[in-house]
Amino acid sequence: MNVTRRPEGLDDAFTDGPAEPTVPAIGLVGWARWAWRQLTSMRVALLLLMLLAVAAVPGTMVPQRAQSPEKVTAFLAAHTTLGPWLDRLGFFSVYTSVWFSAIYLLLFVSLVGCIVPRVRLHAGALRGRPPRTPARFGRFPAQGAGRSDDEPRAVVERAAAVLRAPYRVPLVRSYRVDVHDEGAGTWSVSAERGYLRETGNLVFHLALVGLLVAVATGQLLHYRGQVLVVAGHGFANAQSQYDTFESGSAFDPSSLVPFTLALDSFDSAFDPTTLAARDFTAHVTLTEPGGAPQPATIKVNHPLTAGGALVYLQGNGYAPDLQVTDAAGQVAFSGPVPFLPQDSVYTSRGVVKVPDVSGGQRQIGLTGYLLPTAVQMGAGWRSVDPQPKDPLLVLTVWSGDLGLDTGVPQNVYTLDTAKLTQSRTDDGRPVTILLHPGDTVQLPDGLGQVTFKALPRYVALDLRDDPATGWVLAFALTALAGLAASLFAPRRRIWIRAQSTTDQDQGPTVVTAAGLARGDDLGLDDELDRVLAATLGRAPAPDDDPPAGTSDEVSAQEARG
Amino acid sequence: MSAADLSTLLVWFATTAFTIALLAWTTDLARIAERSTTRRASAAPVAEPVAVGAAVGTRAGSGGGDRAAATPPSPLRSARAEGIGRSTGTLGVLLLLAGVVARGIAAGRWPTANMYEFTLVGVLVAMGVLTVVQRRRALPFVAVVVTGISVLALALALLVFYVQAEAVQPALQSYWLVLHVGVAIIATGVFTVGFASSVLQVLREGREAGRSHLDRSWGAADPVRRALAGWKVTGPRFAWLDQVPTARALESLTFRLLSVGFVLWTFTLIGGAIWAEHAWGRYWGWDPKEVGTFIAWVVYAAYLHARTTRGWSGRRAAFIVWVGYAVVLANFTVINLVVTGKHSYSGLG
Repeated sequence: MNVTRRPEGLDDAFTDGPAEPTVPAIGLVGWARWAWRQLTSMRVALLLLMLLAVAAVPGTMVPQRAQSPEKVTAFLAAHTTLGPWLDRLGFFSVYTSVWFSAIYLLLFVSLVGCIVPRVRLHAGALRGRPPRTPARFGRFPAQGAGRSDDEPRAVVERAAAVLRAPYRVPLVRSYRVDVHDEGAGTWSVSAERGYLRETGNLVFHLALVGLLVAVATGQLLHYRGQVLVVAGHGFANAQSQYDTFESGSAFDPSSLVPFTLALDSFDSAFDPTTLAARDFTAHVTLTEPGGAPQPATIKVNHPLTAGGALVYLQGNGYAPDLQVTDAAGQVAFSGPVPFLPQDSVYTSRGVVKVPDVSGGQRQIGLTGYLLPTAVQMGAGWRSVDPQPKDPLLVLTVWSGDLGLDTGVPQNVYTLDTAKLTQSRTDDGRPVTILLHPGDTVQLPDGLGQVTFKALPRYVALDLRDDPATGWVLAFALTALAGLAASLFAPRRRIWIRAQSTTDQDQGPTVVTAAGLARGDDLGLDDELDRVLAATLGRAPAPDDDPPAGTSDEVSAQEARG
Repeated sequence: MSAADLSTLLVWFATTAFTIALLAWTTDLARIAERSTTRRASAAPVAEPVAVGAAVGTRAGSGGGDRAAATPPSPLRSARAEGIGRSTGTLGVLLLLAGVVARGIAAGRWPTANMYEFTLVGVLVAMGVLTVVQRRRALPFVAVVVTGISVLALALALLVFYVQAEAVQPALQSYWLVLHVGVAIIATGVFTVGFASSVLQVLREGREAGRSHLDRSWGAADPVRRALAGWKVTGPRFAWLDQVPTARALESLTFRLLSVGFVLWTFTLIGGAIWAEHAWGRYWGWDPKEVGTFIAWVVYAAYLHARTTRGWSGRRAAFIVWVGYAVVLANFTVINLVVTGKHSYSGLG
């Protein structure tokens, strides 16, 4: 057997003798070969696996940019010495860092270097025949013996039939069997089963490579957009319509299917006592290009398929419909403003930015909370229910320069108060205005007035298309199947030899048997016992405590033989 | 009495039954140790060569001979303690099963939605696997470890993790709650028994080889070593180790348990990815829980590779099992309670 075709360091019951010592030839080629052999060795694979496990840990300890950028910012602000170093070393994006990628790529190179030669070897083994019966059975872990009255040839033919017959799994031949005439009236049979074990092992590893390729392909081709839709409004599937949009480097923007989606209404249900969320349903109308408008629903766990992409319901909240009239009587702002829920009772935070429409007016910023069911607690207000049973807007007022005219993109949920002044009462406290739906309230400092017209719901939708997910799933399931086969299919070899003797006491034919398994196989003794018993036409040993009885019994038989 | 109250009561009963089982198995272990010590001290004629030889620590641990050591009903064990351990253990499993069913009825759904329920079902599986593994022969040490972990886990569940039985939030309303979480729990239970078996394997191997870390000097920490000297694995306190299956047989048991566990864990990962794709719009997002599950998977994969690598099989591979189990436990407790992520379903403030 060619030792170099096996990963170095592999401990395998089917392999004879230790591996040859690897002495690198002098020169670059020799070193390269040596390095390759090291990389594809089991020891290095093991080391890389452990490194991978260790390298994945920091991502759970330190906030990650991809998952929670705001926490990374907070971390950097809190740790001014450690933070920048961690940042330089890639600790805020562990799973795309150079060192993490290096480990898993090396692991996959090692895997391929180890698996490909084994595939070649296994392909040969699949066409091969069971190894010839060894001359001596003494060194095998499982052995057995018995006597028969039949001719050696008949005994061996019967053994071959027993070994070939399906066992436990119907219709599947259990062993590949060869019968040998060894001359001088001696016959033997050699049998092998469990090629599925190595097949499964190889399939598992190759499927992992396929999985990696599929995930990488998906990364190149995918796109993801997020959009906030207020009830009664809609959006079209175009890059410009999304609040945020990201895509892989091989994504083609012209491949977006231009469907439109409108939110008709949104239902939510909460537990009456604990107020925990129970159900969210968005009722939408989907219009695909060239098609009629179709009603549809989107729920958590039940995304909607639209234009080849999946639309997920990721969040919801309230978007108070407000109208602001400036001091000159002009409508400066009108429309729904999404407020972001901060807790389980939907205490929601939001900002209204009112531009200057008539000359000489100040810009106005309104910031504060929406309370779906407001209850007065001392000096303040609190929400006690997520449903809009008694909505109240609590706002403070700012005026001056919002910074809208600088051209720098702004976060719509925060107010830059650098060039703003807050309206205050005479004793210096900020002015708070309270609005119920339908209310119109005068703004302080003669800024105008604000009207709370209605309280529509909004949903946050996540739209995503990754054309490789089917492949990812297929490779993952293939890997699972291969893994199960490689761990649970036993690989065994069994040999049975029948010889004539002159000793006629217990039958003229001496039958000996040996078994060998790859890896641990507690069932090997039972299996050999079963085959031998069936061959000799006697009942198998009682199955009460298999590991105990068999070897004693066999040695007793050997002593007799 | 409502189904929810009945469930809690049944879980308390089960905890009590497991505590009695734990005491019984500990008594069994102590008896084995005590009797085998007195036997050795009396230097009786070699009635049981295997046990005596192993106690002195001279026997090489391989070959067909060790099989006999595990099997014959040993006169050293306490049949009564084992009987109590087995019957109260089985009773506890039945009580806990009833408790879990009652919990499911009370909540009107599959009972694997929060840490309390996860712990109940996990303990149920671990004790169930223990009952099956012990069907043919008693493994008092494995029983002590698994029952001990189970009692602690149930107490923790009842006192810390407990939440009212109720319906779940929309993200959990999926059949994957049964498949993904259910399989994760079963895998955790199997890993628990595999861990106990690997601990036993390492202890037994140390005794078979007649070596202990407590024999050599620890340098500066030597006073600590001397204080622990009574706990040498080769010493009389571990005489009961001569009664357990050989290190090789235990290694094989560990491997078979972990093979099953690893396949189930792989399914947990894949099932979780499919569910994440449905619920969160991505199959993999490096959420802390996903990372923890991935790390445990990689560690157990390292174990499977280690045991077929020359120089790494046996004791060293067993250490990887310990690391893997520590990751599984941390993934359940630390990640759920300390780290915030998309898997924060404990229901605890």
